[in-house]
Amino acid sequence: MLLREGSKGAASSGALKVAALVSLGRHPVTGRGRRAEQDARAVELGLSLTSSEHISLIHAGTAADETVQAMRGYLGMGLDALDLIVQPPDADVLPALATRVMETRPGLVLCGSRGESGEASGMLPYLLAERLGWTLVSGVAKVEAVEGDSMTVLQALPRGQRRRLKVRLPAIATVDSAAPPPRQSAFGPARRAKVRHFELSGQIDAEAADWTVSPARKRPKRLKIVKASSARDRFKVAAAKAEGGGGQVVKGVSAQAGAEAILKLLREEGVVR
Amino acid sequence: MSDIIRRDPRREHILRNRLHPDHGVVLALVGGALSDAARWIGPSGLVRRNPHAVGFIGPNGLRRIDRSGAPTSGLRSAAKSEAASDSRREVVISEPAFYIAVVADLPGGRLSAHDRDLLGLARQLADAERDGAVLLLAFGELRDEGLGDSGVDRVLEFKGGHYDGYGPEARLATLFVVERDLRPRHWIFPESTLGGGELGRRLAARLGVRPATQVWQIADGRCTGRGAAGATDITRALPSVVLALPECGEPVTDTRHAATPLAVTAAVALPLRRVEDLGAVAVDPAGVALAEAEFILSAGNGITDWDGFHHAAKVLGAAEGASRVAVDNGFMPRHRQVGATGTWVTARVYLAAGISGAIQHLQGIQSCEKVVAINTDPGCDMVKRADLAVIGNAGEVLGELVKLIGKTQGERRDVAA
Repeated sequence: MLLREGSKGAASSGALKVAALVSLGRHPVTGRGRRAEQDARAVELGLSLTSSEHISLIHAGTAADETVQAMRGYLGMGLDALDLIVQPPDADVLPALATRVMETRPGLVLCGSRGESGEASGMLPYLLAERLGWTLVSGVAKVEAVEGDSMTVLQALPRGQRRRLKVRLPAIATVDSAAPPPRQSAFGPARRAKVRHFELSGQIDAEAADWTVSPARKRPKRLKIVKASSARDRFKVAAAKAEGGGGQVVKGVSAQAGAEAILKLLREEGVVR
Repeated sequence: MSDIIRRDPRREHILRNRLHPDHGVVLALVGGALSDAARWIGPSGLVRRNPHAVGFIGPNGLRRIDRSGAPTSGLRSAAKSEAASDSRREVVISEPAFYIAVVADLPGGRLSAHDRDLLGLARQLADAERDGAVLLLAFGELRDEGLGDSGVDRVLEFKGGHYDGYGPEARLATLFVVERDLRPRHWIFPESTLGGGELGRRLAARLGVRPATQVWQIADGRCTGRGAAGATDITRALPSVVLALPECGEPVTDTRHAATPLAVTAAVALPLRRVEDLGAVAVDPAGVALAEAEFILSAGNGITDWDGFHHAAKVLGAAEGASRVAVDNGFMPRHRQVGATGTWVTARVYLAAGISGAIQHLQGIQSCEKVVAINTDPGCDMVKRADLAVIGNAGEVLGELVKLIGKTQGERRDVAA
């Protein structure tokens, strides 16, 4: 981890200030409240970046017992306090979060790429970035270095690939399952840590009132539909075996010529550079 | 020529009745229901028949005897199969009433299965009213030739350096111009980590639209998507931006579309680049799970030089796989086995060296896009499955491949120096 003193920007006052937006998770089997998987990874990423006093945890939601208990799951990772912005149950939390982030003025906001309760559309970081005018980077697996007003991150791509990006600060980064797994939450520190309540007026999400929400149905499995005009075609599909699919066969050439043909295809597909 | 078979009962009667005065004439007209080789008048005046010369060899190699008296079907079946391949309805939309825009991921410049599902879904929305057109937006080089077959009416291709790599800001600005210019009724994005999910969310945030995410079904103007990490289904009115999961619609199979290139008239003002792409990071292929490796070099019984194989995998930057034989013989660890009993791989390119292709192995590589086989036996199943097959010794060909790559890398280093 590289942390150099910058000349300007958000990090100029010393260490980088990080805010982690955390949400109420839900255990996939028992349905009990817990720390959300991806948000916990975001907190872990924050802890790997800077010491715990420079990280502020922000949650906007109800002040119900279950929520507070779940929030203590994050606090047990070694943080002293969490800001709980109290909102009505069906509120749109974006304005409240935007206000709070503007007040704390962090250099970097970390959050999971998608929530585990409610709509879980994953839109919040995008809307927040749009509202604040900050840079947004998605799917961060690792923050390599923070230098002044920019940072270098590794972005997770499908198939275990990584891409190095240089991101202008202040920024909002979303973290998904490619980031390092979160540390265990310790019960004692979680009990001792403070949950600070803030009151901010919330707007009720009126649009969501028209939706029908039901427990997830199992998705229908796609059937293999055979559109064949004759019995022979249908039989051929049913008894499908490896058939010459019009593949090119290079035969009776030297090993070198064969290798050249393979290399050409690998280059075309972009797997060998 | 019409395919409908018209029967002529009188002619059939004459053909059956060889004592009929017109029998010879009609036989000549039909031409070869019974040819000269099958039937002739012997020296004693008796009619001789050769039962082996009757009929013709059918397409599956069996002798077929047509006793209907109809002309032999060789010519007709050829005409028929030609007609069958063109039986899909051609759809041309000259003046689109509205557009359904699909922003495809296009990994490697080709439509993925997910993209095809989205195009099927877009087709469903476009066909709900008259003259709806499906518009495909492609960033980067487009290498897919079968766009029209997948249901694309119009293609907007954006090429150029600023669309390469990770540049969501430039792409977003482009989408914004398209939105202003063509006003698509719906935007459909793949809910994927390849970039579609991110771009869709960015566009929705920019347009101030609340998108429907994780959508897996659209029916009657309402869409159903997963919420709360897959625990709930949310059904709502269909918004203008939709992020859809794989298998959300059926891919288009029975119509053909024009896939006409289109151009945007307005210039795209590229924004300030706040995220800079520093390029891909070399990832140790051995650390990537075999099931999600992009490029696999797999070894079978035809490999004898195992050090050479491991070296080739390293040089190619491929994950190592193996057939069951190689694993059972102790040359490769069990977790590297590809196939029904091992790992079902999803590699984009699968290079099978010395694998003949047992059915269990072929099952495991079902979802691989390109399969390259190196084998000594040209008749084996792997060669039949492969898109490119090289007949030869696997070890030698791999050695040559390593040499070739080393040579080009050496040249590149010379140029750089």
